[in-house]
Amino acid sequence: MEQGHLPPSGSEPPNGRSWHEQAGWRNDFPIDWAQDHYVQRREFVKFLCLTSLGFAVGQLCLLGSSWLRQETRPDRKEIARLDQLNIGQVVSFRYPTERHPCLLVRLGPDEIVAYSQLCTHLSCPVVPQLEQQRFFCPCHHGAFDLHDGRPILGPPRRPLPRVELQVEGGVIYAVGVRASTT
Amino acid sequence: MELEFFLDPNRCIGCQACVHACSECDTHKGVSLIHLETVDRGRSVQTAPVVCMHCDQPTCAEVCPADAIKRTPDGVVQTARKPRCVACNNCVLACPFGVPKMNTGSSVGVAGFNLMMKCDMCYDRTSAGKKPMCASVCPSGALSFGPRSTFEATRPSSRSLNRFQFGRQTITTRVNLVVPRKHPDDRLDVTVGLDEEPDILTLGLFEED
Repeated sequence: MEQGHLPPSGSEPPNGRSWHEQAGWRNDFPIDWAQDHYVQRREFVKFLCLTSLGFAVGQLCLLGSSWLRQETRPDRKEIARLDQLNIGQVVSFRYPTERHPCLLVRLGPDEIVAYSQLCTHLSCPVVPQLEQQRFFCPCHHGAFDLHDGRPILGPPRRPLPRVELQVEGGVIYAVGVRASTT
Repeated sequence: MELEFFLDPNRCIGCQACVHACSECDTHKGVSLIHLETVDRGRSVQTAPVVCMHCDQPTCAEVCPADAIKRTPDGVVQTARKPRCVACNNCVLACPFGVPKMNTGSSVGVAGFNLMMKCDMCYDRTSAGKKPMCASVCPSGALSFGPRSTFEATRPSSRSLNRFQFGRQTITTRVNLVVPRKHPDDRLDVTVGLDEEPDILTLGLFEED
């Protein structure tokens, strides 16, 4: 125990020995208010170092996990045939896994778009409203633009994840999902 | 001038004024932190007020696993600090004087604090030089708070004592217990009252003052 942080005179440790002979934990758990509030420089520096180390490790973990996510690209999946898809027709499919419902819409002769069906607010399924050019989420009255997936109404702030498409020999394939945060 | 607390069970008349004054405090409204104990109910109507003795080496703080009980520089042991207290009851079991109580709500009329609460000598009042609530209402002088010189001048046949024996532990306290001047011992054994046939007259505490 360092000089200057001794308990007030008159207090005696229960084992009757002097304060200098006490176990180390008495230093860590003092009974007196002032000692309890006293933070040594070394403790403070230790706290700062460990906290910033924790932050750094957390950042590295985030970086690593986003790297891993980029590495794995989902498989190509056949969705529909172009000649069986009329303009204004909507096809529901699941991509990249069975737990991810998606919607494909043919907007024009050459314009085909596909988005995840899960609202970016609280994952309610959105429904297409073609006459208003939007996907509508009935849970909290949110809406997304049909052409680029931007949120245009209600609580959602992030656009719908876009499913990347590829047309090859009259067949539409889903080849990837691009989620963006803005 | 340092003000001291003098506790004279010999003068207690069991009027409960201290209990009611204590329970009026806003920090623990409706719950009294002073206990009025009957000494030997079968044989006597004698009561004794029990306040925290504010030990120099508080056993409650020693046994607290959550590091919640702290003593302020003026020697007053405070109620457990709310963010730390885990309501484990260690202090309730360890206190030699039976002072801390755990208010979990089952036995008291108000919502439980889930916190060890005990007498802190009305810290808001005594730290500003006022008497604690109980001492300000006690009609018989069983609880008195003031300078030592006043005590010595007004109680010539009594003397104060603040050393106690509890098993092998010697306890010195900030609160003084008043004993007759001719009481032989320099320290009181806290556990004497637990003997098979307690005789309050042999304790020397309840003689005529």
